[in-house]
Amino acid sequence: MKANVWYGAQQLRVENVPDPKILNPRDAIVRITSTAICGSDLHIYDGYIPGMLPGDIIGHEFMGEVVEVGSEVKNLKVGDRVVNPFPISCGGCFFCQESLYSLCENSNPNAWLAEKLWGHSPAGLFGYSHLLGGYAGGQAQYARIPFADVGPVKIPGDLTDEQVLFLSDVFPTGYMAVEQCNIRPGDTVAVWGCGPVGLFAIKSARLLGAERVIAIDRFPARLRKASQWADAETLNYEQVDVPEALQVMTGGRGPDACIDAVGMEGHAHGVFGSYDRIKQALMLESDRPPALRQAITTCRNGGTVSVPGVYGGFLDKIPFGSIVNRALTVKSGQTHVQRYLKPLLELIEKGSIDPSFVITHRLRLEDAPRGYRMFRDKQDSCIKVVLKPWSDVPTVEPDQAQENGRILH
Amino acid sequence: MATDITQQGLGRSRPGSADFAAMEAGPPFARRGRRGRLAPPAAADSLERGLGWFSIGLGAAAVAAPRLVGWLSGSRSPTVMRLVGARELAAGVGILTQRDRAPWLWSRVVGDTFDLAALSVAFARGDRRGRAGFALAAVAGVAALDLLAAVRLTGTRTGRSVPGLSARTDIYLERSVAVSKSPQECYRFWRSLENLPRFMESLESVRQLDERRSHWVAKGPMATRLEWTSEITADRPGEEIGWRTLEDSGAANAGSVRFETAPGGRGTIVRVTLHYSPLGGALGAGLVRLLGHDPQSRVREDLRRFKQVMETGEVPTTRGQPSGRRSVFGRVTQQWGIAQ
Repeated sequence: MKANVWYGAQQLRVENVPDPKILNPRDAIVRITSTAICGSDLHIYDGYIPGMLPGDIIGHEFMGEVVEVGSEVKNLKVGDRVVNPFPISCGGCFFCQESLYSLCENSNPNAWLAEKLWGHSPAGLFGYSHLLGGYAGGQAQYARIPFADVGPVKIPGDLTDEQVLFLSDVFPTGYMAVEQCNIRPGDTVAVWGCGPVGLFAIKSARLLGAERVIAIDRFPARLRKASQWADAETLNYEQVDVPEALQVMTGGRGPDACIDAVGMEGHAHGVFGSYDRIKQALMLESDRPPALRQAITTCRNGGTVSVPGVYGGFLDKIPFGSIVNRALTVKSGQTHVQRYLKPLLELIEKGSIDPSFVITHRLRLEDAPRGYRMFRDKQDSCIKVVLKPWSDVPTVEPDQAQENGRILH
Repeated sequence: MATDITQQGLGRSRPGSADFAAMEAGPPFARRGRRGRLAPPAAADSLERGLGWFSIGLGAAAVAAPRLVGWLSGSRSPTVMRLVGARELAAGVGILTQRDRAPWLWSRVVGDTFDLAALSVAFARGDRRGRAGFALAAVAGVAALDLLAAVRLTGTRTGRSVPGLSARTDIYLERSVAVSKSPQECYRFWRSLENLPRFMESLESVRQLDERRSHWVAKGPMATRLEWTSEITADRPGEEIGWRTLEDSGAANAGSVRFETAPGGRGTIVRVTLHYSPLGGALGAGLVRLLGHDPQSRVREDLRRFKQVMETGEVPTTRGQPSGRRSVFGRVTQQWGIAQ
């Protein structure tokens, strides 16, 4: 089969690799019909995720058709159309039973490695480093799904791939980020980063009843999307001083909930921006957290800082004193996707949301390396790239004009 | 997840422990909180520390003043002296800071051998014979001390007389894992000893001989096999299984697994204690080979697999999945079972 293989920072090659096989009784194999590049894949692309090895197949947002099931998978059959959640969860351990699926105790075969870095190991993930299990990812034509009786959700025939694909990660991730802020009527939510996770957080904040949603980014196309699709107020941090603007907008109190949907490769201006870049380059700091710092300090007293953005290691100058003295709640975690599949699928079926709004580009799997470049550098106002593993159309370039047109007018 | 109470690479020593054969199956939990290291006798300790500081002193001198040290020892090349200095510094720091000093002392022995060879050549060539001869004698003296310390620490002196384990170097290790199944279920699975190879990676088979005795076959390194007979020393359904190997065994060990009800109805804490000797001559050596240099990790991973089998019915794996081309390093990590 064809697969997108990582060979080092900025070195991706789509090449032929062996097809996956059933390895355990609870495995299933899916023929992938749609797969996407996630913002967190960009951290892998840029070489910031530890535990990657040349030869790893990456990708964790995918869906497809079941073509083979192991002897213990009773709830799926060949031909079922499924979306697959990015964490691998056994369903039987303490955490799975508590619906904390991304903390599954059994799915990471390299748990001891993660324990060395983080103290304890979370669940294994698809295509996300050997620290998190080293499972082959889903930017490929086929994938093996362990514990297939727990993860994948069946999709009714009348929904398109693009409507349901993001149930695999970014939609639940944005949703959980807001859910754990316990939004009450009248609340103001500020979201740093208007990539796909940020946009879904913004949209989810609306769905969960936030009064005001403030979107923060520096790319006009993304801010336009936030305003267009979720009626968010927007702040371009290259043009305004964000903390001051938030003060003014909230009567000096600050947003009730602050969501960092940026993660480890944040950009910032001024002293702290350079500080993080230098420290990260010298490997004195694994992540660049300017958005997180700002989310903490601008949050109202007693408010919630929610962090769906991915951080990997050790961060500097986190204003913990601000958290303690102002009684902030900090929430984070890889998304417990399995918990959200059914309820969010219902929202899609009801028409409350059409997640395909984030898609800007559709490419063949062969064009994955180009897709990563475009997404990373925001070329052509790229927000979300969907890859088609079986397409033989040279390049399914998107309805770019139509997409932008819809936003602009 | 698995927790580690002893918190160290090799377990801890238990000076003055009772004779292994007389050991009860129940572990000495009174000692649980104690932490120790493979502490050699005090005299040896000061010898090692002395050698460590000597290493650092010589290393610093050779790095800082390679020509002077070279002149004293009859060597000409400052580059070689700097390299020798770096080696000495590394060995010194290793000896003084690492818990397991033996490899660092052995590295000194190897270095001494190299130096002796080099100095012998210089001496034989008749080149600055006086200084080379003096240096040769000095290095030979230090080498003797290094060898003494290394041998003493490695313990080849000890443990030969007792068939089984030597009292001075016995090791206890204890690990536990939380399993979301009842103590009875965990006990039943473990007590069917034929199940053990499903989660103990080095085991090939376990065959019940009679009610108490069982025959174990394990895979050793390089396609070797290791066999022994064990007997059950304690058997309390739903609570505990104790075992020890029989006298003629090639992998002398004793241990127990206890199944404790976890608080709040959260299943079972499965607690394994293992008692064996890392240096126990021919008998214990078999087990050491099986457990590798880091027995804690082996027990930890076996317990993790026990949990996986109990809770999911299988052991999650990536062995056999597709990948792109692996580098040499990638293939090495495959051997370690990380990348597949």
